[in-house]
Amino acid sequence: MSALLTPANEAELAETVADAAASHTRLRIRGGGTRSVIGQAIETDTTLSTDRLTGITLYEPGSLNMVVRAGTPLDEVTSALATENQHLAFEPMDHRGLLGSNGTPTVGGMVAAAISGPRRLAVGACRDHLLGVRFVNGRGEVLKNGGRVMKNVTGLDLAKLMCGAYGTLGILTEVSLKTLPRPETACTLAFPGLTVAQATDLFCAALGTPYEVSGAAWQNGTAYLRLEGFDLQVRNRATQLQARFRDLDSDRIEGAGHAALWRDIRDLTAFQGRDDTLWRLSLKPTDAAPLTSHLHDRLGAEASLDWGGGLIWLSVPAHHADPAPVIRDALAPYGGHATLIRAPEDLRRSTPVFQPQAPALARISEGLRARFDPDHILNPGLMG
Amino acid sequence: MSTIAMPAPDASILSRKDQIVAALAEAIGAEDVISDPVETRAYECDALTAYRCPPLAVTLPRTTEGVAAVMRVCHQMGVPVVPRGAGTSLAGGALPTADSVILGTARLRDVLEVDYPNRFIRVQTGVTNLSVSAHVDADGFFYAPDPSSQLACAIAGNIAMNSGGAHCLKYGVTTNNLLGVRMVLADGEIVELGGAQMEAGGLDLLGLICGSEGQLAVVTEATLRILPKPEGARPVMIGYDSAEVAGQCVADIIKSGLLPVAIEYMDRPCIEVVENFAHAGYPICEALLIVEVEGSEAEIEDQLGKITAIAQSLDPVEMRVSESLEESAAIWKGRKSAFGAMGQVNDYMCLDGTVPVSALPRTLRGIGDLAAEHGLRVANVFHAGDGNMHPLILYNANTAGDLERAEALGAEILRLCVEMGGCLTGEHGVGIEKRDLMGNQFSESDLEMQMQVKDVFDPNWRLNPTKVFPLPASETRRNRA
Repeated sequence: MSALLTPANEAELAETVADAAASHTRLRIRGGGTRSVIGQAIETDTTLSTDRLTGITLYEPGSLNMVVRAGTPLDEVTSALATENQHLAFEPMDHRGLLGSNGTPTVGGMVAAAISGPRRLAVGACRDHLLGVRFVNGRGEVLKNGGRVMKNVTGLDLAKLMCGAYGTLGILTEVSLKTLPRPETACTLAFPGLTVAQATDLFCAALGTPYEVSGAAWQNGTAYLRLEGFDLQVRNRATQLQARFRDLDSDRIEGAGHAALWRDIRDLTAFQGRDDTLWRLSLKPTDAAPLTSHLHDRLGAEASLDWGGGLIWLSVPAHHADPAPVIRDALAPYGGHATLIRAPEDLRRSTPVFQPQAPALARISEGLRARFDPDHILNPGLMG
Repeated sequence: MSTIAMPAPDASILSRKDQIVAALAEAIGAEDVISDPVETRAYECDALTAYRCPPLAVTLPRTTEGVAAVMRVCHQMGVPVVPRGAGTSLAGGALPTADSVILGTARLRDVLEVDYPNRFIRVQTGVTNLSVSAHVDADGFFYAPDPSSQLACAIAGNIAMNSGGAHCLKYGVTTNNLLGVRMVLADGEIVELGGAQMEAGGLDLLGLICGSEGQLAVVTEATLRILPKPEGARPVMIGYDSAEVAGQCVADIIKSGLLPVAIEYMDRPCIEVVENFAHAGYPICEALLIVEVEGSEAEIEDQLGKITAIAQSLDPVEMRVSESLEESAAIWKGRKSAFGAMGQVNDYMCLDGTVPVSALPRTLRGIGDLAAEHGLRVANVFHAGDGNMHPLILYNANTAGDLERAEALGAEILRLCVEMGGCLTGEHGVGIEKRDLMGNQFSESDLEMQMQVKDVFDPNWRLNPTKVFPLPASETRRNRA
């Protein structure tokens, strides 16, 4: 018998969790349900949804800060910010196309899964824009951490810990985010016909200039460098970069189509609707070329790069039942990590979705979970 | 005497001093252990000089393994460890107790790796903040966080306090520029978090370590993000006759889409002292802003044009755009000498409560009222772009009762910052200074959860145990140790 719990507010949610703890009822935590297939498969019939915890509780554009309840659809936040010409600068990815999911992404889900996008390269990740949280831990206690300001070293930073914990340490009820002005204009230089090695060389050189490249991605043989800012700034910088890389062919992409290009890069449109296993690898940009070349030879894996080569999306043909050992062995000498993003449920049961940790780190993570959620009821086992 | 209490030292540790020192000397070599009471006096305080207490001993290991060896000895012998960077903490973060061993990073001074294509530098954490930027300067790079103590302060302390500086509005604070650490746990185990890649896997333990004030581990190596230097930078100085209007100007600049690298603020008491000291040519007015932008000459011109248009619409008493390197230096000269200038004329206590930018004018007014109530003067000089206030409470250390009055006013000011939607400390840390005010920002459960996090890393509460958490709240845990 499956149950759906939908507390109406934070206090009710806390009570619900306390009850679940008392009865040792495991809870699957759901925001908008658009990323529920990420993570190790969870064994439970009870789902707790935050979808009634909605609404923007405070928005001060002059303070670059919005406080919003966790179940609020991201669209609502984006629209409210747009009226003040602001945005969430870390450009959170929308996983619906990639994961074939329905529903609407929520702010809480975005923070819990630490979702960023291409601009993360220049402005930092979701966690860097998360100023504060309210959450309910596995004992049903309402807790807060951080606040509304970008400089804050008052006490231990549990907000960072909550970002990317996938609800395993607590259920977010409200988050405080840094908002930033939307750039006035943008322009992208497209460099066709480049290998991964050539693209990462280009990225490393371009990101070593003072031109503040805000996107550096490679898909299907084309490398893209994005510039954003004031009109004069963007035009100057595009000219400078084209002059600097004059040995390469390049086109300028501006105006109509520019936003769509980066939405496609952000949401990985190129890899949507495939029968594969999809992996997300984080490593040093200069290691991208040897690694992707090796995994292409071994697995026939197809790659796409973001963050100047620091993020690799890897699509592995479905006939490799479990490519995890090959990928992680190949990655080991480079010291990065690999996460399984899209896979059949049985693979999400049998293989570690997240990069296995060194024993000391695994012990610390386990210790933290035992303190935040002593009865192991919050998304138990999702992170391994 | 001062009002912040420290617990009585553990007599059983004091009585074992000789054995403890011998064990430490055996672990890392006698030349890196200081136990002579005359010499340990040099470590009796940090930059919060009102509080002093020489430690049992001082250790200055040269490697991560040396740090681990010290930690193992202290773990086995049940001795508290107080980590210390350069000792520039304004919050008493590195204040020893008589029964503690100082673990200093002063001899961890190596640059281990510089990688320009991947834009990072790996250092031992005893290196100073400024030396990191200096190391990569000739190649056109810099390390962004720039606390005003950057000439002296160590990366270890920057990580412990999540230091910021004047340029956070654009570049963020330490946590936004830290990619990885190598660190030692309380029992001597060496652990690595993150690395040279942009993301660490699993729970964000790196984010937890940064700003943890030496409560969880001792960080011995850090991988830091470095950035290409901007082509140029120039400031504009804008004076207003009211704090409200200056606050409005800051908010309007931010809302316009401009992201200056710095927006600095000085109020009249500060301007008067600074002008008298540095002769920077500042107008004597209620509020002075220094706004700096970066880019090529044409971009700077463009952005300064936008800023001066916003500022002009609010009717400034004076506005001066720097047209040369000399003029830029003159504009910054006063601001950069503010703390020194203030120190020439007065003893002062520097707070760093942070408030949302929109609450700046109200907070400044509130601080003025509180100062008047307490019969003390307060000068304000701070980073307005990120709301990180630096009220300087002026007092006379030789006047009996003055320090206590200053501390009482400081506590009121920090409570005000919390009421305004801000926090007790933006970048100096809680240390001992704000320890007993934590209840104003956090509930008992909030603090209990944080202490449980410490339990995971440091089950016996031996790492900097008398800091951050109010003593009554941590008493059971400390005594259990």
